[in-house]
Amino acid sequence: MKSWRQPGFWLPLVIVFLWGGIVLVLRQDTVRETAFTVLMFMALASSLNILLGYTGYVSFGHIVFFGLGGYTGFYLISEQGWPLLPAALAGGALSGVIALLVGLAVLRLRGAYFALATIGINEAARAFVSNFGPFGGATGLFVNFSAYEKYGGAGQALWTTFTFLWITTLAVLVVSYLVKHSRFGLGLQAIREDEDAAMVMGVQAPRAKTITYVISAFFPGIIGTLYFFKNGNVEPGDAFQLHMSIEMLVMVMLGGMGTVLGPMVGATAYQGLRGYLLTSPIFKDLHLAVAGLILLLIILFVPAGAVGWVRGRLPALRRVLE
Amino acid sequence: MLGFVYGVAAMGLTLIWGVMTVINLAHGPVIALGMFGTYLLFTHLGLNPYLALVPVAFMGLIAGFVIYGTAVHRVINAPHLSSLLATFAVNMIIIGLGTAIFSTSPQNIDFPLGSLEIGFLTIPYTRLLATLGAVLFTAALYLFLYFTRPGKAIRAVANNRRAAELMGIPSSQVLALSFGLGTMLAAVAGGLIATFFPFTILSGGPYELKSFVICVLGGLGNPLGALLGGLILGGLEGLIPAFMPVSWVPVVEFGLFVLVLLVKPSGLLGAK
Repeated sequence: MKSWRQPGFWLPLVIVFLWGGIVLVLRQDTVRETAFTVLMFMALASSLNILLGYTGYVSFGHIVFFGLGGYTGFYLISEQGWPLLPAALAGGALSGVIALLVGLAVLRLRGAYFALATIGINEAARAFVSNFGPFGGATGLFVNFSAYEKYGGAGQALWTTFTFLWITTLAVLVVSYLVKHSRFGLGLQAIREDEDAAMVMGVQAPRAKTITYVISAFFPGIIGTLYFFKNGNVEPGDAFQLHMSIEMLVMVMLGGMGTVLGPMVGATAYQGLRGYLLTSPIFKDLHLAVAGLILLLIILFVPAGAVGWVRGRLPALRRVLE
Repeated sequence: MLGFVYGVAAMGLTLIWGVMTVINLAHGPVIALGMFGTYLLFTHLGLNPYLALVPVAFMGLIAGFVIYGTAVHRVINAPHLSSLLATFAVNMIIIGLGTAIFSTSPQNIDFPLGSLEIGFLTIPYTRLLATLGAVLFTAALYLFLYFTRPGKAIRAVANNRRAAELMGIPSSQVLALSFGLGTMLAAVAGGLIATFFPFTILSGGPYELKSFVICVLGGLGNPLGALLGGLILGGLEGLIPAFMPVSWVPVVEFGLFVLVLLVKPSGLLGAK
């Protein structure tokens, strides 16, 4: 596949590249914080989409990798004095290893049983970390301020973190595209449509699913480290929020599952909507109810999501909107 | 004791799963609504909390019909993700409205009944009555499912929807009825819990998670298994603190949950 000639490959990358670049040129803190949140959810939703959109396995507790990776990276930074980059990679790697071990067992389950098991894993991890001494138990960990010195003070460290996140997001999008258009990705999509038939056709379903699970767990681990480093503290309640996990699913659904652009659109739209509802005087008490109502309408009437809907209506755009 | 109440909540979930293979993520908020229903009837009308269970159960049934009609009916044949997210959307709507109306400050039903002392055991009467209520509701559900025409229709649809339709059973109505019954059980469980624990609009969440664990323990879709699972979970919560710190209880619960899913996904009682 000559993916570098496809407009669908470049479109999401160029958008994110330009956006991050503009933020770095402007150097305003408020702009960076907004971009950080949206880019983070973009990357999280995209990595979830690699599993959910391509194989059809609904991981309800995907945030567990964000939490575990974040905890590991944070521990390495604040207690062991590692620099940010290797710590983030270590967080991602640990998430990947755990996904491998968990995946070997859990991916045998299908449909709703798999979804339930992932909820169980997330809750078990939260409960375990709350009791785990080295990770600070229920109160969590705080970063030592000297850790920020290496990056030229706390203010500069936030910019470094943002740059890393920006690069991670680009990497997730590249991986997402490559997986979708590889032979491997075709196998995954066959699993999504009918796993038994795919196996008969020679797709090694257990291996393919486990690899996908590891890929989609690796990036949340990195992002977790970056996020908690930025925040300066990490605690079990923040790291394993089931709610955030479901928000990721909502973003993928909003934008359209199984597309590269979809999670990007979904994450941006969802964050924009939430920001608007939280600040508008009419809806601020009801923001959750309104968001729920919109979600319900989308699921009932536009199940393919925004990108899927456009692709269905305008076949000419299919090569651009991957 | 608590196990029976957990069992009632889980039975609601397992009934819905068994009949239409939908995991109802709006279960927790309905439990919370049951708590608030009992609370409002008690504080504003002075109704005895146990008598209040009857109108609360009725409202739960109606709520179930409404949720089924608006959110679930259209996605019942869609992939699991759709129904999961549809019920989650209902969850968000209820919690959003509930937070706006009731705020998230804890409420409490102040209705002490004293306690019964048997030797060295002290059991508050509220717990005893809750157990009794849970058993009564379970028995009523059993009688309904096995000895009435609508109950038999529910079991037929759970068994094979298409065949049931061919036999002239209006499956949409039956599905709506079973969804209503499921949420009714959730509301009743909420009402019972409200008589001994303080609660907020968000407190349905933990009970929803417990219900998942219980359903899987007993076998998804098996009401009797749900009751058994509830008893096991209630027992565990009582026993574990004797061996290790209380904060480890969820680790054991969810570890057990994942283990059962892996080793025997059909649950301990093993329905099909």
